[in-house]
Amino acid sequence: MRNTLTALAILSVAIFAFGCKGGPGAGGQESLNKAAGPPAYGDALIEGTIGEPTILIPMLSGDAASQDVAGLIFNGLVKYDTDLSIIGDLAESWDISKDGLTITFHLRKGVRWTDGKEFTAEDVKFGFDTITDKKTLTAYSEDFLQVKKAEVLDRYTFRVTYGKPYAPALASWGNLVVLPKHLLEGKDLTKGEFGRDPVGMGPYKLATWVPGQELTLESNHDYFAGRPYIDRFIYRIIPDTATMFLELQTGGVDMMGLNPIQYTKQTESEYFKNNFQKFRYPQFVYTYLGFNLKHPFFQDRRVRQAIAYAIDKKEIIDVVLFGLGSSATGPYVPHTWPYNPDVKKYPYDPARAKALLREAGWKDTDGDGILDKDGRPFRFTILTNMGNTLRMNTATIIQWRLAKVGIKVDIKVLEWSTFVNEFIDKRRFEAVILGWQISPDPDQYDIWYSKKTKEKEFNFVSYSNPEVDALLEKGRRTYNIEERKKAYFRIQEVLAEDLPYVFLYVPDATPIVNARFKGIRPSPIGITYNLPKWYVPGELQRHHLVP
Amino acid sequence: MERQTLRNLFWKRFRQNRLAVSGGIIVLVLFLTAAAAPLLSPFDPDAIDRHHVLMPPSLHHPLGTDDLGRDVLSRMIWGARISLAVGFVAVGIATAIGMLLGALAGYYGGWTDRMVMRFIDIMLSIPTFFLILAVIAFIGTSVWNIMIVIGLTSWMGVARLVRAEFLSLKEREFVLAARAIGAGDARIIFRHVMINSMAPVIVSAVIGVAGAVLIESALSFLGIGIQPPTPSWGNILSLGKDYIELAWWLSVFPGLAILITVLGYNLLGEGIGDAIDPRLWETERK
Amino acid sequence: MLTYLFKRLLEIVPTLLGITLISFFIIHLAPGKPTDIFTELNPRITPEARERLEKLYHLDKPVIVQYGLWIKKLARFDFGESFSSDHRPVIEKIWNSKKPLIERRLFVTFMINFLSMIVILLVALPLGIFSATHQNSLWDKVATTTVFIGFAVPSFWLALLLMILFGVELNWLPISQLKSMGYASLPFWSKVWDLTKHLMLPIFVSAFTGLAFDSRIMRSSMLEVIRQDFVTVARAKGLPERLVIYRHAFRNALLPIITLMGLSVGGLIGGSVIFENIFGIPGMGQLFYWSVMTRDYPTVMGILTIGAFLTLFGNLMADIGYMLADPRIRAK
Repeated sequence: MRNTLTALAILSVAIFAFGCKGGPGAGGQESLNKAAGPPAYGDALIEGTIGEPTILIPMLSGDAASQDVAGLIFNGLVKYDTDLSIIGDLAESWDISKDGLTITFHLRKGVRWTDGKEFTAEDVKFGFDTITDKKTLTAYSEDFLQVKKAEVLDRYTFRVTYGKPYAPALASWGNLVVLPKHLLEGKDLTKGEFGRDPVGMGPYKLATWVPGQELTLESNHDYFAGRPYIDRFIYRIIPDTATMFLELQTGGVDMMGLNPIQYTKQTESEYFKNNFQKFRYPQFVYTYLGFNLKHPFFQDRRVRQAIAYAIDKKEIIDVVLFGLGSSATGPYVPHTWPYNPDVKKYPYDPARAKALLREAGWKDTDGDGILDKDGRPFRFTILTNMGNTLRMNTATIIQWRLAKVGIKVDIKVLEWSTFVNEFIDKRRFEAVILGWQISPDPDQYDIWYSKKTKEKEFNFVSYSNPEVDALLEKGRRTYNIEERKKAYFRIQEVLAEDLPYVFLYVPDATPIVNARFKGIRPSPIGITYNLPKWYVPGELQRHHLVP
Repeated sequence: MERQTLRNLFWKRFRQNRLAVSGGIIVLVLFLTAAAAPLLSPFDPDAIDRHHVLMPPSLHHPLGTDDLGRDVLSRMIWGARISLAVGFVAVGIATAIGMLLGALAGYYGGWTDRMVMRFIDIMLSIPTFFLILAVIAFIGTSVWNIMIVIGLTSWMGVARLVRAEFLSLKEREFVLAARAIGAGDARIIFRHVMINSMAPVIVSAVIGVAGAVLIESALSFLGIGIQPPTPSWGNILSLGKDYIELAWWLSVFPGLAILITVLGYNLLGEGIGDAIDPRLWETERK
Repeated sequence: MLTYLFKRLLEIVPTLLGITLISFFIIHLAPGKPTDIFTELNPRITPEARERLEKLYHLDKPVIVQYGLWIKKLARFDFGESFSSDHRPVIEKIWNSKKPLIERRLFVTFMINFLSMIVILLVALPLGIFSATHQNSLWDKVATTTVFIGFAVPSFWLALLLMILFGVELNWLPISQLKSMGYASLPFWSKVWDLTKHLMLPIFVSAFTGLAFDSRIMRSSMLEVIRQDFVTVARAKGLPERLVIYRHAFRNALLPIITLMGLSVGGLIGGSVIFENIFGIPGMGQLFYWSVMTRDYPTVMGILTIGAFLTLFGNLMADIGYMLADPRIRAK
């Protein structure tokens, strides 16, 4: 349900993926932060971004840039805490009925929209009605269509009833469904100016938006969790990453996502150590090599395993990510609760790979260096999408490694739309390198369930295993974490054995922030979750508003 | 006899123009490099070496290595092939279309001419790079697509040139004579007039190759040029852009290669142009 | 002359129609759909949602019908609504009349191209004349090589090198975008100065890389004119060389330049994609690139049409300029 292919568009290369996990920041940061002076109001934070937001309404925005900014303007009923548990945000608390079918939210009182009106359960109901309205062009209605009944019990109480227990439900009540009813009732959401000039209740509000240049947000002094310290948040649009990095050095940008080379090689000087703080934590994303299981080459599990042995994941991570990532063993991110560390692993072992291939009947009979079977050489094409250098380099390394065991690989890079329509949908592919974005909820029914193989569905590799089917069903019908964990652990064991994908790596997010900003607390969900608590001590403040 | 002296004259003028000769040498060297790529290239251009990533130039790797530890010199040498191929095929397509349409318009005149000229006007009015960008992004970035699209969007200059030559040539004696002895249109167009209008076409084609190389590098900068691992100068340079402060050799060498090549083609083209321009010969004789 | 102008204006109509036809079909016949980027391999999108999107954009209709719908709107200067999730009218993205001029993309692109054209003229004309009057001298060769280097250098590479030199190392000039933070609160002249500083590098790059054509044409057309009879006559009359060159030859040599200026509008506009991206300038080229990457057909089509219109306009201006400058036509 909640996996979105990260390739979505070149533009969606998120500067900061929302979901992030991981340990503390780079060594020494802690002391820098502690040594800081007392929190003070003022200054501005300039974040560099390669893409411009399109619309600041969470339920209508499809790109990372829009979601980043809209996330500062709108809060949701619930949110993920730093340990990935779900905690209240606009909802103070909630009750789940015994049968798991009903959730009752108790909303925080006295929260105000930035136009002064109070936020109530009516606003949630309005948002819910909007997102489930057929006329609303939203990509996110699926979770809410599972709701059988939504009702406002009183000004501060909102209840939803589901048809079946649906474990991913609770987390869906984030900022997607909260809209100011008094401003939007009876209006066409997509046509109005609201998406360019929104009214929210989050820590910041939009002040100006200069297309193609920057968005300036001002702090919301009435924010229910306290006025943010930093007065202005400026989102500067710089389409070229090399340019953005130059801007970082001249002070035109305070915060940006570094690429691996910038993180490891270009920000190690004294200048950077004194003026910036770097962070690093795994993104909620993994990259994989997926096989078309209908293709005769890949129907044999031994062949898939042989390919896994022939690929050196460590090498890929070292070269492509400059070591800034970890190897993936299944479709979950290490150190999160559904992640099972004890599954079959495939260390780099070309001899083993060759043996497995021989066992499966692949031999080099004609001495041309390429294995063959029944007169057919082992040659296939890896497809990947344009505009993603990491994937392209990954493909190149895999091509190089597989050549060493006698498999000839061609690489084809395709534009996204053509890739999906002409190749994925029509099953005209042999292998692909792609990535999935992972949400903290482990439900992956759509990707692995054996019936989800129709055109446009997401089990496009045609994976089918009755045991996995049953476990997927079980996992999404219970709220009991231990039971869910058992189901997902087992799924990972089976996947590691079956290997419909070779799970390659989980890349790290590597943001950098100017050192004058204090109060940053790295966490498994990244660094920006507590942005309102960041501050610049008075004497270090750089930008002042001219009255 | 007339032809012979013309050729001599051409060579004489061309050799005198030192810039043109150096342009010619640059182009010649480039050709030889591309042709002998397998012999010249010291490494397999696709050989990845994780232990020698982003190495500065050394005796072992004269132009350094890239982000996957591949030898930049070898990639540049193989890239010369691709860049050359893109230039030539694109220009070949453009020249073929341009000559055909230009000849038709110039020879038949009237309605045909008006249609062709309108078509040229239309194509000239669409910002070409926008069109190339959109089409390549939509249909995909294979080497062939790039060559064909560049070719299909850059024939207008040639067509105009050929048309103008035809207009001035078609009433000349040798054409009238050919017609008098009953030669068909096709024969007149191709055997008689076309050959006589080749000079400006060659100049524009030579300069066109340079343009195609630049377009490919611009497309690479936007991420829709020839896609790695296939090496092209454009994509090596575009990669170098991201490492510009760290690995100067990744942008300086392909940048210089493009610069020198394009310069070479232009000087050569201009040189040829000057050398075959009859008006200049007259001043010479004065 | 008026009748000629009228005829030219009439001709623009079929040309414009042809432009829309060609660009519309090329773009709409490419495989894939604009909705794919948003919907494909995105498990959150249900098939119904996809169909709804396609219907909204009329993508379920035959291409010819789509063209008809589009052209009907275009006749009223309505470029339709963008396919991106803000669904704003395309015209508002390109020319938002509610914003100050400097924040309208079309104006930004136009301004930069206009300024760089002026710089090109200011440098190319004297350079071309100099080269012509000192044909084959050392300086002629230096000039020739320099302008060709300008033509041959990949513009994004030159831009980055200059940004590092002037922006980071020397810290003299801003690196990207058009305005500094706090621009809005500056007094007028500081605004102008701020803008000037931001424009220096982009205009230098654009002008340097575009110099070659104009200066070469100027050189060869000057060479040609110098050899013509009236110049010889002027010389024979004993007029000083300076006067001969600047009074008599220059005017005549200018004619091909005027035509070239008109023709180069299309190239300049196309080139703006590159430097607007590298310098982060919010112009039409940048928007075009984003629209292409997200398959925002109405915006792509809108910008292509506007670009073509500008080019046609440039050609028309050149024609008029030609007529005004050409003594033979003027005399009639």
